[in-house]
Amino acid sequence: MTNKAHTHLHGPPSDMEKIKDESNYLRGSIAENFADRITAGIPDEDTKLLKFHGSYQQDDRDLRNERKQQKLEPAYQYMVRVRLPGGVATPDQWLTMDNLANNYGNGTLKLTTRQTFQLHGVLKWNMKKSMQKINAALLDTIAACGDVNRNVMCNVNPDQSDFHAEVYGWAQKLSEELLPKTKAYHEIWLDEEKVLDSRDSEGDREPMYGPLYLPRKFKIGIAVPPSNDVDIFSHDLGFIAIMEEGKLIGFNVAVGGGMGMTHGDTNTYPQLSRVIGFCSVDQIVEVAEKVITIQRDYGNRSDRKNARFKYTIDRYGVEWFLQELQARLGWDLGEAKPYHFENNGDRYGWIKGSGKWHLNLFIQNGRIKDSEDYPLMTGIREIAKIHTGDFRLTPNQNLIIANVTEEMKPAIVELVTKYGLTDGKQNSALRRNSMACVAFPTCGLAMAESERYLPELLDKIENILDEAGIRDEDIIIRMSGCPNGCSRPGLGEIAFIGKAPGKYNMYLGAGFTGDRLNKLYRENIGEEEILETLKPILLQYGKRRQENEHFGDYVVRAGYVEEVTSGLNFHS
Amino acid sequence: MQFQVMNSPFKQEQADLLNQVLPSMTENQKIWLSGYLANSQVSSTTATADPVIENVLQTEASTQAGVQNATREVTILFGSHTGNCEALAGEISEKLKQQDYKVTLSVMDDFKPKAIKKVQDLLILTSTHGDGDPPDNAMAFYDFIHSKRAPALDDLRYSVLSLGDSSYEFFCQTGKEFDERLEELGGKRIYPRIDCDLDFEEPAEEWFDGVLATLNNAKQVSVEGRNDVQQDQTDKVMNKPMYSRTNPFKAEILENLNLNGRGSNKENRHLELDLEGANLEFEPGDSLGIFPENDPSLVAKLIEEMEWNPEEHVPVNKQGELRPLRDALTSIFDITGLTKPLLEKAAQLTANKELNKLIISEQQEELKAYLYGRDLIDLVQDFGPWNVTAEEFTGILRKIPPRLYSIASSLKANPDEVHLTIGALRYDAHGRKRTGVCSGQCAERSQPGDALPVFIQHNSNFKLPENPDTPVIMIGAGTGIAPYRAFLEEREETGAGGEAWLFFGDQHFVTDFLYQVEWQKWLSEGVLTRMDVAFSRDTSEKVYVQHRMREKSHDLYQWLQAGAVIYVCGDEKYMAKDVEAVLLTILQQEGNMNKEEAETYLTELRKQKRYQRDVY
Repeated sequence: MTNKAHTHLHGPPSDMEKIKDESNYLRGSIAENFADRITAGIPDEDTKLLKFHGSYQQDDRDLRNERKQQKLEPAYQYMVRVRLPGGVATPDQWLTMDNLANNYGNGTLKLTTRQTFQLHGVLKWNMKKSMQKINAALLDTIAACGDVNRNVMCNVNPDQSDFHAEVYGWAQKLSEELLPKTKAYHEIWLDEEKVLDSRDSEGDREPMYGPLYLPRKFKIGIAVPPSNDVDIFSHDLGFIAIMEEGKLIGFNVAVGGGMGMTHGDTNTYPQLSRVIGFCSVDQIVEVAEKVITIQRDYGNRSDRKNARFKYTIDRYGVEWFLQELQARLGWDLGEAKPYHFENNGDRYGWIKGSGKWHLNLFIQNGRIKDSEDYPLMTGIREIAKIHTGDFRLTPNQNLIIANVTEEMKPAIVELVTKYGLTDGKQNSALRRNSMACVAFPTCGLAMAESERYLPELLDKIENILDEAGIRDEDIIIRMSGCPNGCSRPGLGEIAFIGKAPGKYNMYLGAGFTGDRLNKLYRENIGEEEILETLKPILLQYGKRRQENEHFGDYVVRAGYVEEVTSGLNFHS
Repeated sequence: MQFQVMNSPFKQEQADLLNQVLPSMTENQKIWLSGYLANSQVSSTTATADPVIENVLQTEASTQAGVQNATREVTILFGSHTGNCEALAGEISEKLKQQDYKVTLSVMDDFKPKAIKKVQDLLILTSTHGDGDPPDNAMAFYDFIHSKRAPALDDLRYSVLSLGDSSYEFFCQTGKEFDERLEELGGKRIYPRIDCDLDFEEPAEEWFDGVLATLNNAKQVSVEGRNDVQQDQTDKVMNKPMYSRTNPFKAEILENLNLNGRGSNKENRHLELDLEGANLEFEPGDSLGIFPENDPSLVAKLIEEMEWNPEEHVPVNKQGELRPLRDALTSIFDITGLTKPLLEKAAQLTANKELNKLIISEQQEELKAYLYGRDLIDLVQDFGPWNVTAEEFTGILRKIPPRLYSIASSLKANPDEVHLTIGALRYDAHGRKRTGVCSGQCAERSQPGDALPVFIQHNSNFKLPENPDTPVIMIGAGTGIAPYRAFLEEREETGAGGEAWLFFGDQHFVTDFLYQVEWQKWLSEGVLTRMDVAFSRDTSEKVYVQHRMREKSHDLYQWLQAGAVIYVCGDEKYMAKDVEAVLLTILQQEGNMNKEEAETYLTELRKQKRYQRDVY
């Protein structure tokens, strides 16, 4: 391995590197500490290793101060994230997740911006049972978080089911091939036999990752033009499917994207990936592996804020990277093929494709729950009980009831009507193109509200839209509770990143197809100022926009913000 | 009981008169009369016309003649569960010493049973526990006295004071049994037994005055000179205010918070009270008594129900002190507990015959069922019309008894403070929401800055081992955790080296893990060596502390063999009994004992004060 050779470039390894190094391939003392019944939490070091097992320790932040006064520890609980390549789940898997959410979680499911399920509020002593039930449903949570390749995203492509099946197959394949090889997960959660001295054992070696895994998380997505629903340029590594004469011939390769940054640190910034070439279909896994090993060896292991692949690329340059990659591959990438994206949103409602029906429902912020006037969770559960196709979790936190046969459609329609499930067409186009991360109360990183607040803010913005006459104009709006960017806020035509309770940085001007980052427009503002600021711009947009001109393009043209051509000038 | 010539010393006309008068008398009247008769008999010594009573007192009379100048030794034995008898016994002992009596004071089980033969004057103070059982620390002595090995006690003079709660079926049972048994063994009563209800202060004083009168009669001459000196010394001590049950300290509430997280079925309050200036001393294991006030809304409802005038003044004690009715019902009289004696008295105040039927009904079960969960408002609503004045009615009510709570703090760790853990009692019964008097007051009507009348109730039956290196095993559920907080604060403060193992149980981990962060801290610092928890409602199968003990059988037995003291605190019916059963199982299993041997082992532990319980 060559990784050690480069660490000196960045300074001493971060604490996390030490934790990984001493973890015995991600075991740490997780098993022992999950047996401790005096606290619902686990020590800090184990929380970091637990991420590799697909779970974050969280606590109900609404109750933190109150519980402290009550002489109770924080309300520790676990978020469990499933590995679900391409967001495809069977009805049985849906029912398993629904059941876990209601028995062990907080009664809701979160469909994430990376097309998977999150359970929230799982208590320590229910973790093993949850993991085992997830496993029994042929799912797992391995590497759903942590310094490894995360859930592989894939276009949901409802109108070309056969084609989807093929591309999705590669997403699955990538996800499987790039899994860590340690047996820690199986030992700790599934009671599989312990590997005695795992450092020396064949079974535990990590031929690709090595014992320190990656410097930071790593994200892969596959897009199928003309839809850019996966926000292909926001990934560390993106594959753009190229079709010729109705056949998948291979993928354009894009490297070095990512959303996260740190407030007040201009060495950190969101970045879009750059297309560096083309590989054939059967080369996709090899390309991904080699890209990952380069990041493994050259990524910054000293400063985690500067450790994502995008910084490695920007530091060494795309040219250097291409050479290094080709050297490792032993062959050269082909020339990138032309492609064209039209949008990054979802197509709501019933769509027919490849002889089957697909219903794209609108799920506000991806939260599946029952409320008094909207029994969403129950409705989907009832559908899952009879559904013969599959479910697809979209990159925009929505849900597709996919592959409904002509015969089954009336029964599904009946349930959709019975439970009032909506494709969101009654909403403003802004709301249909909205996304928010979880933030409060469970996310430990949140600085401001996101999921709980965005719908309320949208109510108010919608009044302005009505006044401007642009209620049906698709505008992408995104909110994140912190600058880590789970809702991919760098790609919102309007975006908010939390700074403090009730205070947000407002960004404008991203491209409608996910091809341009936005730019900071106002810093640290509250609701009143948000509305005051947005109102004249939206009104102007209503009046002055050119034909088919998107809001993001308009604000750049009108000079509200400068065009951001690269993450490197995001802050300039 | 009906007096006849055959079963009593009375002549026919006397028996007829007594039979006429006695059934109409209230319990208080009977007690008063018995005291009066005994007193007058003693003071008039030989001048009695009644041959039988004379006979009872023969020994006394002859003794008095013989010991004019010699001081007899008074032995005071007590059996105490919550510490009331212990406290009373201590007071009596002091008073007797002040009058120059030689006094031996002992908890029953520390007293060598065979030494009873040499005792001259014996005063027994005992409470009754649970279903008419003696308190834990009276058990061995009780068994001995009631066994065949008990010696004849013809030279013994004695008197019994029994404490109890008239809402229980076997009211003052242990006192009654001692009283009868000592008589069977040949003892003569110094003064008739008095059975006290929860408001025991006045009858206990009356009993002691009666006892003292008899004793003094026997040695009246010698003490007078010294009495003054004694009085003088007492006065000096008295310059500092002495706070006690009869003179409670008004402690300001410093902190009052709910220990249970949101979503809990329970509400346990953590109270911190200011004892500055109270000069009160206590040790871990002791209790704090609080005199609560009734819920003003219940008082208002009762007054409205009876159409009384809330401003009317009514007497609130024997001295005839007058207080406005509303105040009296709020802070003096018990309006929440119903007892059989109260119903008997109330029956004479209503024209409603149903109440009489309920009292005399052959089925005690019916009465029991009625008393359960009902209060005075139910009684007045159910059995009107009441043609009584407020004064007559309050005359039948007992005083609000203080509530005792195991102290949850160490005075060494928190000087001038006392902390409590109080579970708010709330339930629905007979169509109305009910709230515990004191816990309700603490949970709903007490703010920091308010004051509560409190006193210390010492409890020598629940004490840390004298040797700081002795290991302790502490078992508690719910608010039963309270004294262990005091234990660990104390051990941390004194740097005690002994190991400590805590078992705690409640409903839910997330919301009901009382004082969670404190145990965690003590665990990490080593003040607490081990902790096992059981949360019954977190899993489909209910898990309690006894299950955790069972899981740790081996280690538990090792600790016991290493000399550990084992403590149990909390609910008796639902926890302490099961814990004891599991202890016996563990002893059998780990110590290869049969059932009898295990029981003997446990009895031995109890004798060595290595098995201590504070259960309620």
